[in-house]
Amino acid sequence: MDITEVPVNQDDRGKKKKNKKTKNKTLTEEGSGESSGAEKKEEKMEKSEAAAAFPPTFSVSEIKNKQRRHLMFMKLKQEKRMQKMQLKKKKKKEREALGDKAPPKEVPKTIENQRVYDETTVDPQDEEVAFDEGTDEFSAYFNGLTNPKVLITTSDRPRGRTVRFCEQLATVVPNAHVYYRRGLALKRIIPQCIARNFTYLLVINEDRKVPNGMVLCHLPDGPTAHFKVSNVRLRKEIKRRGKDPTEHSPEVILNNFTTRLGHSIGRMFAALFPQDPQFVGRQVATFHNQRDFIFFRFHRYIFKNEKKVGIQELGPRFTLKLRSLQKGTFDSKFGEYEWVLKRHEMDACRRKFQL
Amino acid sequence: MQHDDVIWDIIGNAQFCSFKVKTKSQSFCRNEYNITGLCNRSSCPLANSQYATIKEEKGQCFLYMKVIERAAFPAKMWEKVKLSKNYEKALEQIDENLIYWPRFIRHKCKQRFTKITQYLIRMRKLVLKRQRKLVPLSRKVEQREKRKEEKALIAAQLDNAIEKELLERLKQGTYGDIYNFPVHAFDKALEQQDEESESESEEEEDDEDVGKREFVAEEEVEESDLSDFEDMNELKTSSDEEEDEEGSSEEEEEEEMEVEKKASRSKGKSPANGSAARKKRVYVEIEYEQETEPVPKSRAT
Repeated sequence: MDITEVPVNQDDRGKKKKNKKTKNKTLTEEGSGESSGAEKKEEKMEKSEAAAAFPPTFSVSEIKNKQRRHLMFMKLKQEKRMQKMQLKKKKKKEREALGDKAPPKEVPKTIENQRVYDETTVDPQDEEVAFDEGTDEFSAYFNGLTNPKVLITTSDRPRGRTVRFCEQLATVVPNAHVYYRRGLALKRIIPQCIARNFTYLLVINEDRKVPNGMVLCHLPDGPTAHFKVSNVRLRKEIKRRGKDPTEHSPEVILNNFTTRLGHSIGRMFAALFPQDPQFVGRQVATFHNQRDFIFFRFHRYIFKNEKKVGIQELGPRFTLKLRSLQKGTFDSKFGEYEWVLKRHEMDACRRKFQL
Repeated sequence: MQHDDVIWDIIGNAQFCSFKVKTKSQSFCRNEYNITGLCNRSSCPLANSQYATIKEEKGQCFLYMKVIERAAFPAKMWEKVKLSKNYEKALEQIDENLIYWPRFIRHKCKQRFTKITQYLIRMRKLVLKRQRKLVPLSRKVEQREKRKEEKALIAAQLDNAIEKELLERLKQGTYGDIYNFPVHAFDKALEQQDEESESESEEEEDDEDVGKREFVAEEEVEESDLSDFEDMNELKTSSDEEEDEEGSSEEEEEEEMEVEKKASRSKGKSPANGSAARKKRVYVEIEYEQETEPVPKSRAT
């Protein structure tokens, strides 16, 4: 009886019709087969089945029937998961048993941990960098000589969303003016702006009724940065937001701009805002760089006590990704590009970032 | 002429014409020599042996003419005349070449020529304006970037980062004196006080100096000159409100211990000295909220 039973079951397991009997059988097997092993018969069955079910050349993908294949795959996954859990439990027990002498917990690997070291990372004490920054185009702001004045405009024929976005940006950045484009060429706008003492030109490009690009041009022949804009949320789409921002100059937070390129971009952003923020206004604009995406947020903060602060989001939010950095003012044909996003080179490694 | 009617009967009305494009309201003719573009008896180049069109090649306009005499020679059927670039002169040329031709063809030729010159002008103008460059997006790449952005957003933990940064700025004092918790400096001063008192209380525990009179400098805050517990209670009640309630319980305890020790020490001193010294004493009055501690104190006495 034993002998005759075994091959039937083996057959059963390997390629079979899906019916309740099978399912129950497999379930009970998994649930109780390993632990109970009450009958020798069952054990034998199981072993031979296990041996038969997964001979070295058999793989789940070779079963032609989709439902059976799916079943087998699920079972495989379940087994793997169980093994993993058992391993974990064992480890935990060992840890507890050792108590204090246990080796320290391993830090999980994250992309930030594993980041490929970029040789242009700026050392805080680097003198060369400090010297460069002291003499570059933005030094005027950081020494308090000039005040920023920003001109915000769009591409041709902006749609409603872009227009509202521009207006909200104008409330965030102090001393900003919004003008309609009306088909003017940028190269002709730039000398006019310089003549009227503007320091920044910000062009929001639009595609299919949604802003998708931004050109940030520092005016008296400063660098021009071209960004890809995504995930724009206007004020009314932000949940739990506070009242509209006031006229006070906000503070600026720049996070994670580590490399040389990141530093220059960070300074570009910082020079958009006036150098002396009004702390009375309690507003803060954040540019946070994470894995080459720059997240912009605008908050109002309040200190509850010296260990806790509450923040409330006002203002629009968007993400930027740098596409190119050009040395002079906007000139796409003859400009000298300092840095261009080359997808094949730069996106090849998951752990390598530029900013 | 006989041919024309027959041809039209076949292709125009009844049977099939491969150049004909039918729509719900109208039919069009896709023949390249058609002058109006519609499928009509008078516009069909196949059904009219005497026909003329205007065609444009690389900015140059030509007048094409077909006459019945050349109907037998398909290779030489169309006569091509180059028109002048000047609009009026070209119109005169058309008139001159199509003299004695039916009014319809002359009129339609001039109309077509006008339209062509107009669009040529527009093309030339557009080239001078800013060209919009269309950059193709690869869907795969866009999806990949979108996903990367989402993951980066989760990894960034923006709120935490911003709060941390703000608190750090507060600690470093970039906000100056706006906020009334420069509590760190305050706490530090307190802690220093407590340390001193504790070190002295350790000395007291030796029990050697109980009852002994000592001449101590006035500025020493720790010397409490209270003789009565009532005075001590007064000291406790006359307290300022504390801004930071977190450390209050700890400090309360320490302060109490301190006061207790002071009281025990001061038993040996004369009250007269005590009151005089108390006035000159420089110490920081600290108020604590007395919620639990005072009760056991009174029982002890």
